[in-house]
Amino acid sequence: MSEQNTESKFMQNGVVKWVEHRMPIFSFIDHSVGSGYPAPKNLSYWWNFGSLAGLALIIMIVSGIVLAMHYTPHTTLAFDSVERIMRDVNGGWLIRYLHMNGASFFFIAVYIHIFRGLYFGSYKYPRELLWIIGVLILLAMMATAFMGYVLPWGQMSYWGATVITNLFSAVPWVGDAIVTLLWGGFVVDNPTLNRFFSLHYLLPFVILGLVIMHIWALHQFGSNNPSGIDVKGPQDTIPFHPYFTIKDLFGMGVFLLIFCFFVFFAPNYFGEADNYIPADPLATPPHIVPEWYFLPSYAILRAFTNEFILYWPVSWLMTAKLAGVIAMFGSIILLALIPWLDTSKVRSARFRPIYKWFFWIFVLDWIVLGMVGAHPPEGAWVLIGQISTIYYFAHLLVVLPILGIIERPLALPESISASVTGGETKPAE
Amino acid sequence: MSDTASTPPTAEIDEQTRRDFLLVSTATVGAVGTALTLWPFINSLNPAADTLALATTEVNLAPIAEGQSITVVWQGKPVFIRHRTKAEIAKAAEDDAAALPDPAKDADRVIKPEWLVMVGVCTHLGCIPLGQKEGEPKGEFGGWFCPCHGSHYDTSGRIRKGPAPQNLTVPAYEFTSDTQVKIG
Repeated sequence: MSEQNTESKFMQNGVVKWVEHRMPIFSFIDHSVGSGYPAPKNLSYWWNFGSLAGLALIIMIVSGIVLAMHYTPHTTLAFDSVERIMRDVNGGWLIRYLHMNGASFFFIAVYIHIFRGLYFGSYKYPRELLWIIGVLILLAMMATAFMGYVLPWGQMSYWGATVITNLFSAVPWVGDAIVTLLWGGFVVDNPTLNRFFSLHYLLPFVILGLVIMHIWALHQFGSNNPSGIDVKGPQDTIPFHPYFTIKDLFGMGVFLLIFCFFVFFAPNYFGEADNYIPADPLATPPHIVPEWYFLPSYAILRAFTNEFILYWPVSWLMTAKLAGVIAMFGSIILLALIPWLDTSKVRSARFRPIYKWFFWIFVLDWIVLGMVGAHPPEGAWVLIGQISTIYYFAHLLVVLPILGIIERPLALPESISASVTGGETKPAE
Repeated sequence: MSDTASTPPTAEIDEQTRRDFLLVSTATVGAVGTALTLWPFINSLNPAADTLALATTEVNLAPIAEGQSITVVWQGKPVFIRHRTKAEIAKAAEDDAAALPDPAKDADRVIKPEWLVMVGVCTHLGCIPLGQKEGEPKGEFGGWFCPCHGSHYDTSGRIRKGPAPQNLTVPAYEFTSDTQVKIG
């Protein structure tokens, strides 16, 4: 295929040839996202969300760099500098709304991307490391988003920062010292704001580095596909360019259309009104809620009370608070272990009649956790939160390992080509 | 000390061992040095001298009527000072015998029983409990109530119900006169 490329008109260009001889960047691009990268020919629209997440990352970095030129990371000036961006800076409102909503859309793309991976078994051999790097990206995104939310120095910024940094006080012995170290003082204050700004600027580039590693690992074996079976030969693939570049571009058009609807017509839909009140260290808002993308994690954190059944086995060892903190971080970190928790050799849920149902229950459970996280921990929400927390861990630690052993998968098609041309040994279903 | 080429058969291995030693010791010194160099960078994140300088706060208690509370700022944190009523003191002492998640006697939490001084930061996740002002919810035990995750504190600031693991912290303080208190 590379031979074919060297003969293309573009590669015959004198300047291109001069650069290519000294640094083969054009063939590198061609092998990464061009005609030199063979992709399974049955990739569905669920495979668009990786490139959409990449687009969101670029939107966030570009809008963020410009915002940083107008923002002042000081407790007395931060809120006003954000309001100045909104009112006085040319187009500042647009750039800030792009950045605010961009965070939500980044998470939407990434969450769908993750659930896609879960449904089609994209994390299984030989793509375990690819998956683990993805979990690291999710963690880095969460840290970045959390610190970014603190910068406008509104009430939710301040109290969100207080609650989340206080999580670390649950660490035995050194908890308080860690929290003081994170704050640079005895409360969330100017030193905290300064370092969060510094890290909020740094972490997106760490994410970018992880994304490059993610794509590097992806290209080692190529994309998984809806059938979950391996590429057997050239008849199973088509070149990434132009077939999937155009499909990704189409997806980006749809994504940007929805994104722009929120930016222009409902820019504060994903936000909290309380964050337009300047931070007041002496008054806690009556109801602290994190941004929507943290709600499932927040629900797991709050599920751990002294009365929670999952807490009983460890109640002699630690406080309910520490158990909640461990469970919250554990709920994300456990994702990295899914390649080993899922014992089934069959990748795609298309051929896993029981897993298919458990997958959707898991999605539902995650949505319910999000709803629980949005409500004050009162009445029925407490019990719903605890049940859905139990199910979350049961899915990962019990259902996935057992299902792989007891489930009888459907017959797999001979090849990707056979599955899309109808020549399957046995139809799926 | 010989100029001949006759070297003992083990010489080559000796050479390797010495190289290994040099390699390991160089790497070790490098790693320890790097770790030590990192420490000032991490330590720079700890509270700076000017932050630490704001370590004490003095408060005049004379204007606080019985049954009234005020909130003062100490090290950036709110400190609750409550002039407790006779009934509250009696209730707090009576509850010494109740089932307390973080057992503490009321007498050990105050210097003078009528003055309850404590850091107004919920020990769960750092919110500020309600109950300082008239009309704010005081929780099921007549003290303070944290709206974030529903912790109830009693009239001695002890945790009674909810997720908070500890009682509200009593800071180091002293009475510099009958009506003057120095926190910190």
